[in-house]
Amino acid sequence: MAHVESLIRNVSWQGRDCDLLIGQGRICDVAEAGTISAEGVEIVDGQGLLLLPSLIDAHVHLREPGQEYKEDIASGLSAAAAGGFGQVMAMANTRPVNDCAAVTRYILQQGHAAFPQGPWVRPVGALTVGLSGKELAPAGELALAGCVALSNDGLPMENTELFRRAMEYAADFGLKVIDHCEDPLLGRGGVMNEGEVSSRLGLKGIPTVSEAMQVARDILLASYLQLPVHLAHISCRQSVELIARAKEQGIPVTAETCPHYLMWDESRVHGYDTNVRVNPPLRTRDDVLAMRQAVRQGVIDILVTDHAPHAAHEKEVTFAEAPNGISGLDTALSLTFELVRGGELDWADIPRLWCWKSAEIFALSSNALRPGDPADFVLFDPDQAWVVTPEVMLSKGKNTPCLDKEVPGRVMAHFLGGRRVFSRQAGTLGSAF
Amino acid sequence: MNWRHKDLLEISQLSRDEVEHVFETAARFAEVNQRPIKKVPILKGKSVVLFFAEASTRTKTSFDMAGKRLSADTFSLTKSGSSLQKGESLKDTALTLQAMHPDAIVIRHWDSGAAAFLAQRLECSIINAGDGWHAHPTQALLDGFTLSRVWDSFAGKTVCILGDIAHSRVARSDVQLLTMLGVRVRLCAPRTLLPAAASTWPVEIFSDVAKACAGVDAVICLRLQLERQQAGLLPDLREYASTYGLSPRHLADASPDVKIMHPGPMNRGLEISSELADCGASLILDQVSSGVAVRMTLLHLYLTRARVSA
Repeated sequence: MAHVESLIRNVSWQGRDCDLLIGQGRICDVAEAGTISAEGVEIVDGQGLLLLPSLIDAHVHLREPGQEYKEDIASGLSAAAAGGFGQVMAMANTRPVNDCAAVTRYILQQGHAAFPQGPWVRPVGALTVGLSGKELAPAGELALAGCVALSNDGLPMENTELFRRAMEYAADFGLKVIDHCEDPLLGRGGVMNEGEVSSRLGLKGIPTVSEAMQVARDILLASYLQLPVHLAHISCRQSVELIARAKEQGIPVTAETCPHYLMWDESRVHGYDTNVRVNPPLRTRDDVLAMRQAVRQGVIDILVTDHAPHAAHEKEVTFAEAPNGISGLDTALSLTFELVRGGELDWADIPRLWCWKSAEIFALSSNALRPGDPADFVLFDPDQAWVVTPEVMLSKGKNTPCLDKEVPGRVMAHFLGGRRVFSRQAGTLGSAF
Repeated sequence: MNWRHKDLLEISQLSRDEVEHVFETAARFAEVNQRPIKKVPILKGKSVVLFFAEASTRTKTSFDMAGKRLSADTFSLTKSGSSLQKGESLKDTALTLQAMHPDAIVIRHWDSGAAAFLAQRLECSIINAGDGWHAHPTQALLDGFTLSRVWDSFAGKTVCILGDIAHSRVARSDVQLLTMLGVRVRLCAPRTLLPAAASTWPVEIFSDVAKACAGVDAVICLRLQLERQQAGLLPDLREYASTYGLSPRHLADASPDVKIMHPGPMNRGLEISSELADCGASLILDQVSSGVAVRMTLLHLYLTRARVSA
């Protein structure tokens, strides 16, 4: 299968109709439509389709090992393949926690067994043993086993002394630290954004200050130590204002947000739909507008899903009892496209936001559509709208606010190393040609 | 009036006409409650489940008596006697109750939105008897009805709600009802016991009890849960009692006809002085009587509502 060659004709790339020639798993040529002629290769008609590099999701929860009833690596990677994601960075809050090489290797093996041609799971190691925030996890061992970053995601790092030492220690192994920014006590027990809607609905709120205080702490540490830190799932205006100022000062901080913080505000909690319960919570309209602007201006570096699948019965409870999280891999690109169609984002920025910049931050491979780059790409049909039903979603987690709603644009095919890992027409996975 | 609602979840579902219809009907049931024989047959054959996951004495008894006076059959389910204690989910408890085909479920639950959770899933009427901090619409209606019995009109009246507003479903529902009726509403509480966005509500906010009570026509005292002090929201209960507990000295500048209310159960000497609770201006026991009449009205309206045929 090593010498598979194919020609994708008439696909739209950076606003122009192009032909794409791939061979030996790499990009051979990208040129104006009709200018490449090749014999004896498979020809794919890309008329009407948009070309994207295969996406990177730097923040997912695949739940394996330990909570396979919510998701497992195979189902998570199926959703990734269909959603356009060739690499997903799996957070460490599994059971057991990914805080040693044995767990890291298990995750990699499960990914390889399910999808030997990709998509690839890129494990994120725990910053502290058991995510308990008490002692450092073995960063060297985790790096060697294949972890691409370290994080305490899911639990705030209360101990700033230990967090500082974790940043220092991880840096020696070339691992970025991803921090879940949340004050451990301010807003503890909260289930939604603190403000008008929480006051009306009688739900305990989490103020934006809870996030922004830890953002400020991390920025000050990054500046003091001159070491990088990556801020997970930023959700509010106060945080992006701090990040913008830090970047102006050259402090080595990067940040991510999720489509849901760009799409929806706290008013979605009216009616107590547990599918909108997520941490950090959906914020105010003003925060949504600030987040969109921050993404447009590059203050927020990358988009991630924070894919957090849960079983249906876990979300079929009262709002206060429901677990946090939105299932995102199936819908992320369509929601992003909805923002593009609404004029909130520029399609030309999507490769950077969903791939190139993530690759740069976490030292992953990516496809810049230059000859010699890996032939990892997605063909996206902007004219295909679809209804997000439990049956259509490939993730086991059907917990999304857009359940049963129509979203625009759909991944029609996904290639990794020149091989087709997902094809909408065939409706099957992993069928290499 | 054709009652168009399946469920009573919060006051904002009702129009002012509907609220006034409730008051007019409740006045007639209040008269029934004065008769030697207090039972009327209008809900004969109907069954009502009283599902009280959270402890309650007066609201549950009030609904029970209301149902029985209308000849409905009432069935009680409390947390200690229910499968909730065995770990059954609210969804399964609800579906199990539904399968027994009650005509209405009256629910009291510790989580905000629990009544809406049932209403979204069940075909029978759901009456919210208090969900978390969110709403207690039947309490608000009985408060409004109680005041309608002593006031000629709500226009121009001012009511102060005093105490733990942040964690009070009674306060949220009273604010919605009283403002709908044209009453000027004041809230008085330490800032730690106010909702984060109280300033966006159509109310005036005070921290000084005497100033809050100046010129008011009624004061509604709220129960202080003792765990608020443990949660770090208050220094201690002695200070709360001396600063925010309602006593006669706060009422010097109130209307001469000021009325005192409390949804109960009271902590005498904490949020209200014993003297005020028992004084001639107190409507606290009238609220209890009104509660039965209002709940008779609501059971009547929701159980005999005009159903839209599918």
